[in-house]
Amino acid sequence: MSDDNTIVRLEEITRTYQMGAVSVSALRGISLVFRAGEYIAIMGPSGCGKSTLLNILGCLDRPSTGRYYLGGLDVSQLKDDELSAIRGARIGFVFQSYNLIQQLSVLENIEVPLYYQGVPEKQSRERARYLAELVGLGERLDHKPNELSGGQQQRVAIARALANDPLIILADEPTGNLDTASGKEILAIFGDLHAQGKTLVLVTHSDEVAERAQRVVRLRDGKIEYDSET
Amino acid sequence: MIPKPESLFSRITERVLGFSAARLRQSLKMGMKSLWAHRLRSLLTVLGIVFGVCSVIAMLAIGEGASYEAQEQIRRLGSNNIIIRSVKPPEEQVTTTERSFVVEYGLRHADIQRIRSTIPGVKVIAPARVIRRNVWVANRRADCDVIGVVPWYTDISSVRVKRGRFFTDEELNRDMNVCVLEEGIAQDLFPITDPIGQSVRVDADYFRVVGIVEPRSDPNGKGAEEKTDQNTSQPQGAPNRMYIPLTSSKSRFGEVLVRRSTGSISAERVELHEATVVVADLKDVVETAQIIEEILRSNHKKKDYEIIVPLALLRSAERTKRIFNVVLGSVAALSLLVGGIGIMNIMLATVTERTREIGIRRALGARKKDITFQFLIETVLLSTTGGILGVLLGLAIPFLITHFAEMRTIVTLWSPLIAFSISAVVGVVFGIYPAFRAANMDPVEALRHE
Ligand SMILES: Nc1ncnc2c1ncn2[C@@H]1O[C@H](COP(=O)(O)OP(=O)(O)O)[C@@H](O)[C@H]1O
Ligand SMILES: [Mg+2]
Repeated sequence: MSDDNTIVRLEEITRTYQMGAVSVSALRGISLVFRAGEYIAIMGPSGCGKSTLLNILGCLDRPSTGRYYLGGLDVSQLKDDELSAIRGARIGFVFQSYNLIQQLSVLENIEVPLYYQGVPEKQSRERARYLAELVGLGERLDHKPNELSGGQQQRVAIARALANDPLIILADEPTGNLDTASGKEILAIFGDLHAQGKTLVLVTHSDEVAERAQRVVRLRDGKIEYDSET
Repeated sequence: MIPKPESLFSRITERVLGFSAARLRQSLKMGMKSLWAHRLRSLLTVLGIVFGVCSVIAMLAIGEGASYEAQEQIRRLGSNNIIIRSVKPPEEQVTTTERSFVVEYGLRHADIQRIRSTIPGVKVIAPARVIRRNVWVANRRADCDVIGVVPWYTDISSVRVKRGRFFTDEELNRDMNVCVLEEGIAQDLFPITDPIGQSVRVDADYFRVVGIVEPRSDPNGKGAEEKTDQNTSQPQGAPNRMYIPLTSSKSRFGEVLVRRSTGSISAERVELHEATVVVADLKDVVETAQIIEEILRSNHKKKDYEIIVPLALLRSAERTKRIFNVVLGSVAALSLLVGGIGIMNIMLATVTERTREIGIRRALGARKKDITFQFLIETVLLSTTGGILGVLLGLAIPFLITHFAEMRTIVTLWSPLIAFSISAVVGVVFGIYPAFRAANMDPVEALRHE
């Protein structure tokens, strides 16, 4: 039923937020399949459930109903510690507001996911340096995030997302806080990653950004309105 | 194969905490970094612990020192001894200031006889008379307690002969004019010559010096000096002592002592000023003291004597010390509690402030356990840093007190150890709740936090 290079398989995912007496259905039956090496843009109006979907994809949140297979493993009802392990080893996050840890240097920020995987200090340091150079920050290893521009900070975040060589990279409006030029740089890096065969899921408002993706999924009111695959 | 200690330690930490030693080291480094980033805040946070720990150590040291001094003083009286002293009854004290007549009071030889014949376990009884006089050598003068004692006085008191000898039975029996000087007075009277063989004058009598004894190390000890003249010019403190045979004391200075006090002359007759009863077995000391009390009470109309039981004093000193320690312990516990609450308060604020960071770490693979551990380590680092500062300060204070106030302080080895361990425990106890709060945040919520 699924071919070998399926990475993500969502089956009838719903997510309902209970707010006192009122319940908000953010996702209402999402079924999707992502294959290895795909570059997917998720679009849709504000409040349609893009972030909610991405959080579930990233194992930060659990679906209310439905099944989620990540790399063949059913993760929809895993325990908290197991989800942490999966986030650390298989998912790379890139956020709109960069989300770097302020008191840590560039190098140390990139090392955080490696630390939680128990990578020895020396190896982790080497890997972090390599990744920093990969995103063009080889000269800024010891800088603190507040000494960097937004574009540079987002590049650190990308390096960090790559640290554990994840199955899939999830980015929630990664260019939303950036000026056009910086945004283009970031998109160029994503393009490179795609070319190297990485699987990318990118939430965006911008058609321009979506154009670079290979596949576009459009949501509306917690449902898939359009999927360029089908 | 014996595993390398490093890997063994690693396996232990892995088992106990779920972390390898390397992880532990990294976490410590991370914790220190984050505390260092807020140096001033960290310092202010731990002040409570610093002062708590410091006061515990300093107060214990002062208490230890004071109780050591007290116990030493008591021990010097001899724990096997029971000391009986003549005390002027209060009624007489009032009348003597108005009129002058001979007051008779105190211990008698008959009392000693009675004690001796009633109590079989008693080994030696060394009666003593104490008279305050000026002692002269040519025109050098020293104010001095002239103490009439028996030759075996050295066996039952802390008096130790330094040079020469104590006087003998024969010298006692023949009430000879010999004396033994305390080192201090010997130096005062004979600054350059060897006193042994020389003579000193008291009133009209000359006494030949046969020996020198070591100075008593308790200048304020409850020696016989309290029972002597109160009208001498000597300030409070340690009058020097000169020992002469008891018999000589009686024959040279008579049984009636005349003393002048403001405006009136009083005379008193005291047969014995002091006697020491030595009990062979420590177990019998308290009981023997009761028997002696009984004997004296039935033979004296007034209470013109006092019985001092060093062993009982020692016991009560120990009891006092225990009470002191309990009070101190409560104060310490309270101050550490306050310190701990201070730390908890700041850690809760820190957790809220770092909500976003917690969310990020959770997204990047941190388990709840990792977050708990991170904050717990920070709290423990804080409190133990406070503990170390407190220990250093707590060691410095007794040192300064000894140096400047010349008070004895004793820092026992265990007091800094205990104070430090308590600070670590405070860190764990008061760190658990904030760490737990941090770990149980929802990652999505935490990431959205501004
Ligand atoms: N924690 C929450 N509690 C209640 N409602 C929420 C929560 N998170 C999201 N929602 C609701 O779910 C819907 C989808 O939100 P979201 O996924 O953030 O949309 P998008 O990212 O597409 O703008 C919105 O209506 C939002 O109000
Ligand atoms: Mg969103």
